Amino acid sequence: MKNKSLVSINDYDKEKYIEILDLAEEFEKNPRQKILENHVIASLFFEPSTRTRLSFESAINQLGGRIVGFTDASSSSVKKGESLVDTIKTVANYSDLIVMRHPVEGSARLASEVSSVPIINAGDGANQHPTQCLLDLYSIRKTQSTLENLDIAFVGDLKYGRTVHSLVIAMTNFNCTYHLVSPNELKLPSSVKRHIKENNLTYYQYTNLDEAIPKADIVYMTRIQRERFADPLEYEKVKNSYVLKNDMLKDSKENLRILHPLPRVNEISEDVDTNPKAYYFQQALNGVYVRQALLSSILGLK
Amino acid sequence: MVNGKELKVSAIENGTVIDHIPSKSVFQVIKFLNLESYKNQLYFGINLESKKYEKKGIIKIRNRYIKSEEANKIALVAPTATLIEIKNFQVINKYNVTIPDKINKFIKCINPNCITNVQNIPTKFSIIDKDNLKLHCHYCEKVLTQENMIFL
Repeated sequence: MKNKSLVSINDYDKEKYIEILDLAEEFEKNPRQKILENHVIASLFFEPSTRTRLSFESAINQLGGRIVGFTDASSSSVKKGESLVDTIKTVANYSDLIVMRHPVEGSARLASEVSSVPIINAGDGANQHPTQCLLDLYSIRKTQSTLENLDIAFVGDLKYGRTVHSLVIAMTNFNCTYHLVSPNELKLPSSVKRHIKENNLTYYQYTNLDEAIPKADIVYMTRIQRERFADPLEYEKVKNSYVLKNDMLKDSKENLRILHPLPRVNEISEDVDTNPKAYYFQQALNGVYVRQALLSSILGLK
Repeated sequence: MVNGKELKVSAIENGTVIDHIPSKSVFQVIKFLNLESYKNQLYFGINLESKKYEKKGIIKIRNRYIKSEEANKIALVAPTATLIEIKNFQVINKYNVTIPDKINKFIKCINPNCITNVQNIPTKFSIIDKDNLKLHCHYCEKVLTQENMIFL
């Protein structure tokens, strides 16, 4: 699939997910291959994102590619008022592929329509972050040896969390059973739940985290942000109910692994970090292999 | 009825009749077709008796035919509408409007942080539910429902 942008996780089907995950597995065994040696990758971060940017840059560097770009829109022509379309058309002249993070939703789709080189969306506002979703899938498959027939608990902000939305939708391909744990204010929106229903999959909703943990193969934690609540009192009421502590894991399954897209604030207490069921730091490392797989697949090098 | 005399709306020689419009949508259709400043004859009626529906609206436009993209637009607010094309007082074509699969340009995305609202980019939607009229933004991937639809 040469010269094809990845904007949304919905651009790929099940077969393509598996292809990327298999390729990522290859890179995990051998992450330093000089296959990008003759390539220039543009890395356009219109808003700062340390983790995603470093993960991409590490992936590119390990493959011997060169990087041009900016890490913050304030140091670019965007500050002078250049439109996104103009910026992308120009940068496409200087590079073989563009990795782009932008605060506005839909910006990556627009970029993919005007760019002469492929775009990888590294996050467009609250909309899509497909490379995160693929690394989540990779982490799930690696820890469970399969993606099929799993019980996954999604915890925290299910209303606004874009990583949750993408992963919920991607997992509809694998006969997933969903355990949705959130305060009432932050339940999974119907536009996402629609996908679960359309595929006739089972889901349970909880407001209590303890109930869901014993059933789960994967617990996917997310952060609840104060600014999501119209009433600050509501936030104070729920903020401690969705914190994962080590003693809550005592009745959990042996194969349970805990994922988190990071950054974590206080929603996973630090005493969990040393529990072998904690997987969030390895999950971040997997991001490098998945991004290597995507870069080489999109550029037609693998 | 005025003093027993009936006010008659004459048939048009050439032009279009849009029939079976829900009464509440008549003004919207007039706006869509830019008929507010139309220089030729235009008749419209609301809350008229209808055999098919309880009450209906109708618009007759002299010397104007409706393009298919305009018909698509009408379908969004008046899915029951029938278009009748007339030449020399004869009906030459009659069809029901249909909701299209895709809609470009004239609906605003509800998401203020969508690129179409931030930069000067025409909107694009695909219609994912024709019965309940749900639109999916091609750019920000948000879903619009009938209640939050704003026409540009």
